[in-house]
Amino acid sequence: MPWTRRHLLTLEELSLAEIEQVHATAAAFKRTLARSVKKVPALRGKTIVNLFLEPSTRTRMAFTMAAKRLSADVISFDSASSSTTKGETLRDTAQNIQALQADMIVIRHSAAGSPLYLSRILNIPVINAGDGAHEHPTQGLLDTFTMKEHLGKLKGRKVVILGDILFSRVARSNIHALTKLGAAVTLVGPSTLVPHWFTDLGVKVSHDLRSALADAEVVMLLRIQHERQASGHFPSLGEYTSMFGLNKTRASWLNPKAIIMHPGPINRGVEIDSELADGERSVILEQVTNGIAVRMAALYLCSGGQPEHLYSGADPK
Amino acid sequence: MSFLWIRSARVIDPAARRNAVGDLFVADGRIVPSLSAAAKKAAQVIDAKGLVACPGLVDIHVHFREPGQTHKETIATGSRAAAAGGFTTVVCMPNTAPVADNTGTIQSITDAVRRDAVVKVLPTGCITVGQKGAALAPFGSLKRAGVVALTDDGDCVQSNELMRRACEYAKMFDLPIMDHCQDASLTQGAVMNEGTVSTRLGLRGWPSAAEDIIVARNVILSEYTGAHIHLQHISSRYSVGIIRRAKTRGVKITAEATPHHLALTEESLTTYDTNFKMNPPLRTEADRRALLAGLRDGTLDCISTDHAPHTDYEKDKEFDYAPNGIIGLETALAVSLDVLVRRGKFKLPEVIDLMTRRPARILGLPAGTLAAGAAADVCLFDPAESWTYDTKAGFSKSANSPWQGQALTGRVKTTIVDGRVVFTGGQIHA
Repeated sequence: MPWTRRHLLTLEELSLAEIEQVHATAAAFKRTLARSVKKVPALRGKTIVNLFLEPSTRTRMAFTMAAKRLSADVISFDSASSSTTKGETLRDTAQNIQALQADMIVIRHSAAGSPLYLSRILNIPVINAGDGAHEHPTQGLLDTFTMKEHLGKLKGRKVVILGDILFSRVARSNIHALTKLGAAVTLVGPSTLVPHWFTDLGVKVSHDLRSALADAEVVMLLRIQHERQASGHFPSLGEYTSMFGLNKTRASWLNPKAIIMHPGPINRGVEIDSELADGERSVILEQVTNGIAVRMAALYLCSGGQPEHLYSGADPK
Repeated sequence: MSFLWIRSARVIDPAARRNAVGDLFVADGRIVPSLSAAAKKAAQVIDAKGLVACPGLVDIHVHFREPGQTHKETIATGSRAAAAGGFTTVVCMPNTAPVADNTGTIQSITDAVRRDAVVKVLPTGCITVGQKGAALAPFGSLKRAGVVALTDDGDCVQSNELMRRACEYAKMFDLPIMDHCQDASLTQGAVMNEGTVSTRLGLRGWPSAAEDIIVARNVILSEYTGAHIHLQHISSRYSVGIIRRAKTRGVKITAEATPHHLALTEESLTTYDTNFKMNPPLRTEADRRALLAGLRDGTLDCISTDHAPHTDYEKDKEFDYAPNGIIGLETALAVSLDVLVRRGKFKLPEVIDLMTRRPARILGLPAGTLAAGAAADVCLFDPAESWTYDTKAGFSKSANSPWQGQALTGRVKTTIVDGRVVFTGGQIHA
């Protein structure tokens, strides 16, 4: 099946086959990343602009790394020193980037739906690197890619997403990918941060950590942002940790082979004990590494690359 | 003397219980029972065969943005949009720049109306100084300057104490209070209805409870003080229930619904189209059905548009950053006919009643009837004509409509104000 999308905006709109196609493409790129020469010429001569209008460390670096591994030129846009601080609209900013002959835009924005908005304005591919509390599709793809590496097929696997679900784009993208892949997803956290409406997305909602973690094969922790939007949603970080923080005892309720995930940045001692974050079940840094291959796949496919060129054994050109 | 003779229309005047094919006669801007043979000879004749002739429509909730935001709309353009939509009387909200909390601003509005308006445009004044919810505006002076009601519009008065005093004080002047019911503490940063769709879209939710709480508060204060409170653009099912129960107790509460809340739901938001962003937001199908039931049994009194113009460049933004509101004057009749008559169980005269006699009655306006002696404000429309709405061909200065490019049925052909044709053949005759 050829890849036909020019934009990667959400995982909600991706089919199961498309998700698996990104995974397979990422696997091929991951093999090239293991070599001493990590670069492939697939996007040579192309310019990718990272339009990051919200702070980001991991995602922005991973996109930059991915673009460089594909031999693209990368320009990163820093909102603090740009015209957006002078009141330039997103439309004007993006149209200027297109007029500067960028071949692709990777956008991170605090406003949900802005990648879709850009995709309607621009003629070049738009990759969503996180839009508000909506979606973070490459994160969902790299998380499920990492799960598959450890568990194989995800059908029927018990996955727990624990923490601030309400404000989390990572949770939403994972929910869409995991439900399509057939996993049994349970969302856990304080009732104020895990509203019941999520059950309409095909997942379970629980506020009882013990029963939710029992025999789970994956637990994905999400950052608690008590100082920001979640203020007032629960009494204190201390109470959160006492109720929902992952510690050694609680981790023992998991399936013995379970992996512990976190999209970062981690609040050590809040949502996860430090020793678990660094422990042998933690795949947190593998997620980061896989983030490069998955983003290479996203950039490659949306720029018109076809996966069969990778599967044929030849290196991506 | 000048005479107008509208021939062979289906005359529907719910106020006079008239619904029959016949003629309408106008002498010197007023409806008269008949014209003499000589007057008929001298009269301007409009052949209205196949058309409905009803009282000019009345909209008690529009934003004409003058003074101060005339890049969005002016009294000239807004009143032309009204005329093109069959409206002959509209009531303007006071959230202009500066806000209409003083006689000077009201005076500047009434001056502009006299100079530029093609329909009857009536001002409202603020409840509080600066619409800031802290101190009462001078109701007495505002009334003398000509306001027909008091409202803080989008800035719902949050203090119950201040709202109580406003009710008591307004009652002395026999001025209704119109309230946009929204508990601001529940809607910080909210941009759409809270529920499954907002959860999916990652947008901040505006819970219907925030409307229900203020609706309940207003029912309580109206009952306690005896003041008339008019509840603007009700959107929530629970609120309809509160109002229904209050009315059975005889509380002096009235309420309106907009065509967009009657026709659309939150499902329209899945593409983040800012032309579906308004406040209160579009809600669920259950809410929409409750509004229809509320109009049906009289819980909701009338239809109002909340015509809220914004420029293209203001609306063309990330969903979170776009302003709330849509224009509605030029589509209100067609949309109401579609949702209430064609898709609902309403009869044509009932819909006309909701857009003429009933809104006029809420504010005690001398409008909404074709009875002998009334001002000859008339709307002639073809209930069967299909047309495609194009904001570019419309008269509003703005184009922020969810019905842009949509096929609509029911088209206003001619609008008459005080016996004078102000809109016909797609043209304004100022």
